Amino acid sequence: MGNVKRSPWLLHYDGSSCNGCDIEVLACLTPVYDVERFGVINTGDPMQADIFLITGGINTQNQAVVKQLYDQMPKPKVVVAVGVCACTGGVFKDCYNILGGVDTTIPVDIYVPGCAARPQAIIDGVVKAVELFQKRSDEMEQKKKESRKEQK
Amino acid sequence: MGKQSIIPFGPQHPVLPEPIHLDLVIEDEKIVEAIPSIGFVHRGLEGLVKKKDFNEMTYVVERTCGICSFMHGMGYCEAVENVMNVEVPDRGKYLRTIWAEMSRIHSHLLWLGLLADAFGFESLFYQCWRMREKVLDLFELTTGGRCIFSVNKIGGVLKDIDAEMLQTMLSVFEEMETELKTIRKTFLFDYTVESRLKGVGVLTKEQAHNLGAAGPFARASGVKIDMRTRGYGAYPDLDFEPITSEIGDSFARCDVRINEIFQAIDLIRQMIGKMPSGEISAVVKGNPNGEYFMRVEQPRGEAIYYVKANGSKFLDRMRVRTPTFANLPGMLETLKGADLADVPLLILTIDPCISCTER
Repeated sequence: MGNVKRSPWLLHYDGSSCNGCDIEVLACLTPVYDVERFGVINTGDPMQADIFLITGGINTQNQAVVKQLYDQMPKPKVVVAVGVCACTGGVFKDCYNILGGVDTTIPVDIYVPGCAARPQAIIDGVVKAVELFQKRSDEMEQKKKESRKEQK
Repeated sequence: MGKQSIIPFGPQHPVLPEPIHLDLVIEDEKIVEAIPSIGFVHRGLEGLVKKKDFNEMTYVVERTCGICSFMHGMGYCEAVENVMNVEVPDRGKYLRTIWAEMSRIHSHLLWLGLLADAFGFESLFYQCWRMREKVLDLFELTTGGRCIFSVNKIGGVLKDIDAEMLQTMLSVFEEMETELKTIRKTFLFDYTVESRLKGVGVLTKEQAHNLGAAGPFARASGVKIDMRTRGYGAYPDLDFEPITSEIGDSFARCDVRINEIFQAIDLIRQMIGKMPSGEISAVVKGNPNGEYFMRVEQPRGEAIYYVKANGSKFLDRMRVRTPTFANLPGMLETLKGADLADVPLLILTIDPCISCTER
């Protein structure tokens, strides 16, 4: 964790998950596990979100929704795939309607395994995402500074 | 008469973690009609029967839904056992029923929390979920899993609960009961809660019956249906009455579910009191041949499992009808004439489980 300058907000979307991972994601927000101590707040608005947490695999109908949510998020952004279905398609991989994991549609940074993923594993994934988010925003700032220098 | 306009609700919405899309036709803040479109979570797991054999399907069926996962597995296993004429040992039946009732407690507490969140009572939401963690800890102690346990198999269960664990369960439930009474007081006698719930989304007995509502949603409107009374698992040995209410508004639904938590705790006590000893699973040989229609009572209502087998290890057909699907017409009826601000609350009062519905 170390130096985290900002509090990243989290957007949760249920791809085609069985709810198992979703209720574990919600359980992370409750006082027992409490991800808010890392400054993470679950927001419903993609335009204010920094971390995209997605559970469940991609199917033909939600593919466009996931893509749209991802595009609406401002840069820098980090994508966390929670649960084995979001990683690879899991037990539903052979289903006719499942295209596969989340990485078939959008780039994924962090994979959290498990069926259903345990809150501890999800928190671990989110903390890694916070670090990655910090690194990316630092890089963006660096680039901005350089471009300003060049302009001068 | 005002101008009609359409407001889209979902699929990604802050209130519901699950994706459902509704087109709300509104006229001056009042809903005229709600047009649902579902399919965002459709996986097509019924089609997997062609690729996975009937034993492996138990684990697929459990992943129909992560909240009532155990009861899905139980329904499917009982259906296949009936096709194969396998008699589950008594202890196996009791263990299944204990886990099923624990699932009911955890599901209802989850729902109560989400309801409190929907009308903006955040501390109550956290209290409900804190209590739910205790049930989840018990699940972890007895099965090893928090959401999906995979302890069901055709012919019985895979894990036993020893006497020490049963004692732990009793003491945890006793502690929980006192805490639940405080929460019940807040839900049923707090005027802020009352003003959000009373008289909102009334569904009459006739409407509930005609629209084919199921579970607590129907029972809150006075329809006395409870599949547990049909007697599967250990329910024939237990003493209980379905909990109903005559009022049919959101408050009644909340009341019914809170009382069902107490009922479930009572049922678990009864079962621990007369727990039979012996084997936990029967030996299963051969492949199923025939068909069976199994009805089980889930936290959300009646779920139907239809299994058709042809004597090979792959089933011909497996069909699931889940309670939320039966409750959707009733929900759309309650939405008509409601305020736009009450929509999240009304959708929640049927306790929707979209991933069950779309499978």
